[in-house]
Amino acid sequence: MSGASLLQKASAAVLAVLARAVTGVRPIWAGTSPNGPLRIYFANHASHGDFILVCTCLHLAERGRTAAVAGADYWNAGPVRRFIAGRLLRTVLVERNWVERRVDPMEVMLAALDAGESLIFFPEGTRNMTEEPLLRFRSGLYNLAAARPEVELVPCWIENMSRVLPKGAFLPIPLLCRVVFGAPLKLENGEDRKVFLDRARVALLALAPRKDGTPQ
Amino acid sequence: MSDDTTCLFLGLVAVLSVASLVAAILSWRSPKPLPSTLDNLNARIKAWWIMVTGISVAFVFGKGGVILLFAFVSFAALREYVTLTNTRRADRWTLLGMFLIVIPVQYYLIWIDWYGLYSIFIPVYCFLAMPALTALRGDTSRFLERVSEQQWGIMLSVYCLSHVPALVTLPIPGNEGRGLLLIAFLIATVQGSDVLQYIFGKLFGRHKVAPAISPSKTWEGLIGGIASASLMGAGLYWLTPFSPLEAGVLAALACIMGFFGGLVASAIKRDRGVKDWGHMIEGHGGMLDRADSLVFAAPVFFHIVRYAWT
Repeated sequence: MSGASLLQKASAAVLAVLARAVTGVRPIWAGTSPNGPLRIYFANHASHGDFILVCTCLHLAERGRTAAVAGADYWNAGPVRRFIAGRLLRTVLVERNWVERRVDPMEVMLAALDAGESLIFFPEGTRNMTEEPLLRFRSGLYNLAAARPEVELVPCWIENMSRVLPKGAFLPIPLLCRVVFGAPLKLENGEDRKVFLDRARVALLALAPRKDGTPQ
Repeated sequence: MSDDTTCLFLGLVAVLSVASLVAAILSWRSPKPLPSTLDNLNARIKAWWIMVTGISVAFVFGKGGVILLFAFVSFAALREYVTLTNTRRADRWTLLGMFLIVIPVQYYLIWIDWYGLYSIFIPVYCFLAMPALTALRGDTSRFLERVSEQQWGIMLSVYCLSHVPALVTLPIPGNEGRGLLLIAFLIATVQGSDVLQYIFGKLFGRHKVAPAISPSKTWEGLIGGIASASLMGAGLYWLTPFSPLEAGVLAALACIMGFFGGLVASAIKRDRGVKDWGHMIEGHGGMLDRADSLVFAAPVFFHIVRYAWT
């Protein structure tokens, strides 16, 4: 893995302009600053627009070294998706299917981190189509935290993107969005997998606005 | 550009320069860090410079420029409004239609000056088509609530606001080619009234008009602001086809409507538990925080002028 290609830089810039035009997205830095060490941004996931929104909120230098972790089974299906995920966007593709996969997702993600890339990671593992605000976290976040304890885990709550561009929709509805970046987490010494995943999930949920729409 | 336009522009620059100077002196003499009121004042004045620049650029391009500007204002206002409403997946096509069809069509009808259609396109055709489309999608959960919210949004953010550029199309005898100045008159008095109400309220405000809705609206601010803005409107009669007295009365009416616009907007925000509509304009909040008074003032001003002067 190397830095972003010219095409990737250009498409990231274009997407950032589009994301701002449609959603007026604004980052809220609640507990951390835009500049920091290598990071894993873990976020709620309900829309293809999610990682574009997170990217748009990052400073240019950080955006240049940040890639989104995405499902290889989805993004390698068909030439258009392959072009988007492989050439246009900065993605780290992992195979989600236990049975058929040839490469261990952990190896792929750790290789990206070791190459100096920050990751955008959706610990729910798939887009959330339920009425629940957040699904149960899969183990990936714990495994990453355990393998690279020096990397900051920054929770990012993405607000409204699921209304702008829900699963299966092509045209986005213009609505205001925000991305709330919370205080970074680290795996405690000897912390149990389930305890850690619960703690991370609660930390992410805590960034969500209350039911009546007011931010916290 | 006519001499009157130049006068108006220079006048605005002078007012803003004085405001910036006063704010700079206050900031310089105040203890650091600046109190939040002063911080907000500085942000507001800075935003005013940007807004006045934007409106001036639109005016340079004439009717087309002003129509495009307000189509954009409608877009931003509707986006803020819809963000605060209950939307469901079944509303997708209606919502997309509001942004992609209703806004362009309404402003195009104003561009081609088709009064007979632009005055009923939203209150008749969209009023009926939008709930029909929503019903076709089959989701009845909170149906009435969703449909009403959409109607309100499209009326406030698109229909009402579009009456500002529509002023340019009014065929007032003896006012040919000066329609843009009528728009400038309306914007200057209504926005001036907002600013003056804010200043009078901050200086003398004691008795709240509607404590349950807005803590910042006081009788002192309301009366002082509207009276002074009406006087200012009378003083701006040279922009309009009106006499000084007529200009003052119309300005007072527009400012009173503007006050109600702000009050209703505050009630909606209070209902949804937010302080501002958005964050587009630094120091002011969202587009609707700045345009709420214009939303209520524009259609009434338009129809009175249309009835009495054409």
